[in-house]
Amino acid sequence: MAKVSMTVNGTSVSREVEGQTLLVSMLREDLRLTGTHVGCDTSQCGACVVHVNGKAVKSCTMFAVEADGAEVSTIEGQANADGTLSTIQQAFQEHHGLQCGFCTPGMVMSAAALLKDNPTPTEGEVRAYLDGNICRCTGYHNIVKAIMAASGQDVSAIAAE
Amino acid sequence: MPKDGGIGAPTRRREDYRFLTGRGRYSDDIKTQGECAAIFARSTVAHGTIKSIDTSAAAAMPGVLAIFTGEDFVEVGGNPAGWLINSRDGEPMKEPKRPVLAHGKVRHVGDAYAAVIAETVQQARDAAEMIEIDIEEHDAVVNMKDALAGTTYVHDEIGTNQCFDWGWIEDNRAATDAAIQGAHHVTTLELVNNRLVPNAMETRCSIGHYDTGTGDYTLHTTSQNPHLTRLLLSAFVMGIPENKLTVIAPDVGGGFGSKIYHYGEEALVLAAAKKLGRTVKWTSDRSEAFQTDAHGRDHVTKIELALDEEGNFLAFRTETHANVGAYLSNFSTATPTFLHGTLMAGNYTVPNVYVNVKAVFTNTAPVDAYRGAGRPEATYSLERVIDMAAREIGMDPIELRRKNFIKPDQYPFASAAGLEYDSGNYDALMDQMEKVADKAGFAARRAESESKGLLRGFGVNAYVEACGIAPSNLVGVLGSRVGLYDAATVRVNATGNLSVMVGAHSHGQGHETVFPQVVAEMLGIDPGSIDIVHGDTSKIPFGMGTYGSRSLAVCGSAVVRATEKIIVKATKIAAHMLEADAADVEFKDGTFSVVGTNQSVSFGEVALKAYIPHQFPIEDIEPGLEETAFYDPANFTYPSGAYCCEVEVDPETGKVRVNRMTAVDDFGNVINPMVVTGQVHGGLGQGIGQALMENTTYDSDGQLLSASYMDYAMPRADDLPFYTVDHSQGTACTHNPLGVKGCGEAGAIGSPPTVVNAVIDALQSGGKNVTHIDMPVTPHRVWSAMKNAG
Ligand code: FES
Ligand code: FES
Repeated sequence: MAKVSMTVNGTSVSREVEGQTLLVSMLREDLRLTGTHVGCDTSQCGACVVHVNGKAVKSCTMFAVEADGAEVSTIEGQANADGTLSTIQQAFQEHHGLQCGFCTPGMVMSAAALLKDNPTPTEGEVRAYLDGNICRCTGYHNIVKAIMAASGQDVSAIAAE
Repeated sequence: MPKDGGIGAPTRRREDYRFLTGRGRYSDDIKTQGECAAIFARSTVAHGTIKSIDTSAAAAMPGVLAIFTGEDFVEVGGNPAGWLINSRDGEPMKEPKRPVLAHGKVRHVGDAYAAVIAETVQQARDAAEMIEIDIEEHDAVVNMKDALAGTTYVHDEIGTNQCFDWGWIEDNRAATDAAIQGAHHVTTLELVNNRLVPNAMETRCSIGHYDTGTGDYTLHTTSQNPHLTRLLLSAFVMGIPENKLTVIAPDVGGGFGSKIYHYGEEALVLAAAKKLGRTVKWTSDRSEAFQTDAHGRDHVTKIELALDEEGNFLAFRTETHANVGAYLSNFSTATPTFLHGTLMAGNYTVPNVYVNVKAVFTNTAPVDAYRGAGRPEATYSLERVIDMAAREIGMDPIELRRKNFIKPDQYPFASAAGLEYDSGNYDALMDQMEKVADKAGFAARRAESESKGLLRGFGVNAYVEACGIAPSNLVGVLGSRVGLYDAATVRVNATGNLSVMVGAHSHGQGHETVFPQVVAEMLGIDPGSIDIVHGDTSKIPFGMGTYGSRSLAVCGSAVVRATEKIIVKATKIAAHMLEADAADVEFKDGTFSVVGTNQSVSFGEVALKAYIPHQFPIEDIEPGLEETAFYDPANFTYPSGAYCCEVEVDPETGKVRVNRMTAVDDFGNVINPMVVTGQVHGGLGQGIGQALMENTTYDSDGQLLSASYMDYAMPRADDLPFYTVDHSQGTACTHNPLGVKGCGEAGAIGSPPTVVNAVIDALQSGGKNVTHIDMPVTPHRVWSAMKNAG
């Protein structure tokens, strides 16, 4: 067992965890932040994406001990302080970028990381960036559209309600 | 203009807030004080006889609480098939028992033969590895034709690998044969409908709980239809009375069919919970999901189309081998038969149809309904052979389809495959498709692709499917062992807000938003005051769940009927309050008024009166305001569509890219166009995935080669284009109160043949005489086909 301390969504936490405990397990099981999901066991699906020190990371691919001392943010910390949705979250709702919602936390976290580095991505750049995030419900159309809309681009020419 | 939040409005989804903020509650998110973990020991060989299982070393491992093997479930029932299919000779299908845990033999890689319950997942996993199993291996039965010819049987006790040999419609056989024999032209195509893994992003999870004080069981599980799971556990597998078993499916992270069925893991966690008096939880990992979730498709088909000199269709005849895997999953016998054969007349006036389906047991995971279920297989066969025929007789593929379309004045239309289509307008769909896809601009786009050294093809498809599953009377005749109605309770609370309990269960379809739109429209009240309750057998009257694009067409109709009953009763109460005759009271926009006067009461006032019935005519009207309706449809609904796409093929590498995809669908009336469009998008993504990328591969030893996201190619954002989706040409369903048809599966049905037709068109345009490539149309297959064509 090792003691791991980190800041999660602005709150300091520390827990005793096993050396092989994954960051995603610590978040879900120990901190009960169940918004971060597990969709695979081969680091392919991106349902588990969180930010560690501002960078998008697949939390199923990182040991909790590796995040010792880090600033971690998860989907639970993305809304505005008054509980209203952030610009990205709002765009996902407005453009129906989610159906079952299972891939959504990872999609939102990836989108936030993308827009930080590339504030007005093209369609191709959004699609390429989402290479590590699988969605089985939406066919991606509305996810790509939502991310472009969240970046302030006019998406009205992209078909659909 | 639709009213905000009413019928026809693209209302934003209320469920999104919790999903977007990480507050969704999926089964694996539930953690119970004192829970323990289940892990399954699964076969690594495809076929073998279990000589012995030694659990003693495992039992001695730290944290282990109990170990179960097949022996522990010999007394309990098997997980049954929901449809009885009779073979052409009248013999009932072969139905070997599907046990909770393998007993006697293991029959596919991933078949569970033991389960370990331990304090933690890791302890259970470590212990499961210590179970020693001695298996006498047998040859694996993998290929369907070999399975029928050979003498190695998946189930020795039935002495064959053939589950059934079904003919539809047997009485049409001779006429169909004769029509083909005498035809001017016959086009023949042999094709494979590739085996797919549904791959909902949330893997299955089941949590069993047993209350030692009351003897009540609770199962939390990833299910599209908790009532069916309860029924199967009660009546067939475990014998737990329905009143002692609650099944709860909280938020469900996708299903696409794979979460319709009852699986053995659900029975195991309940049995373990009872034995231990502890809550027992199991969550599938992704590789288990690949090995054990019901797979989809896997048909091998020969189809013939007979035409006369003018291009009129005379007959379709198909012979299909359908893989059912090692055990019969709940809908597995209906999918290749009544959800497939009955659609083999397509959108056409063809007079003769005959379908033969042989269902085959193999040492592979069970195969069952996956998005579209039988109808994608039917559409793919029809629309590929029609395209091929058009090329052979030198007719434009759209013209050939139009020539044979059922015309709008022919409804109701009795199809040669035994269904009665109620409504549709296939020419209008085709017109709209040609328009919104800018078909006229294709030649210029082709020239542009060619200038880049790429081949460009245009592919087209027309489909009709049967949804709103299903009229119980009809499916009863066809072999269904259950009724397929649905139910809803509308509870008006005293303060005027509503709880609506529905038997359908959303796993991404937005029911929490869409059902209130219907009720709000009918009652003229704020949709925000209406909440949906679903997914919990203890809270809702009954239900058959969500699949077969049935939620709105069937359960939505039950909601309408229950709301109508509310209006009838509320009108009586209002009449009493207004001291008028009920016949003189009119209900409009949430207000009851006496015709020709200015006297009125609001819906909220009536609700309050119903619960505070002072000065109430209790001899005529019961207090309270709550109504339940069961709705059983009179017929299937028949969504239809015209799709097209354009692909670019790189002649150097064989790489195919879909760069325009248009879906024009007739879903009847539309309640929430935003949700409907999203459903089509999702289907298109999966259909293009089937056409170009996805394939489930077992080797000749029955080893699953595509068992992870590294090996099973599923579309990513970069593999797909933006889509054009149009549902402006709806013709209302004539037999349900909302006039709706269902939209959940259309995209996955219409897109695969569209894509393959476009690839063939592209190759032909480049002078390559390629007439067919099996899905998935991978670069290697395209490149090889071009090479072989010279
Ligand atoms: S859980 Fe799939 S990438 Fe992390
Ligand atoms: S919304 Fe279901 S997986 Fe993306």
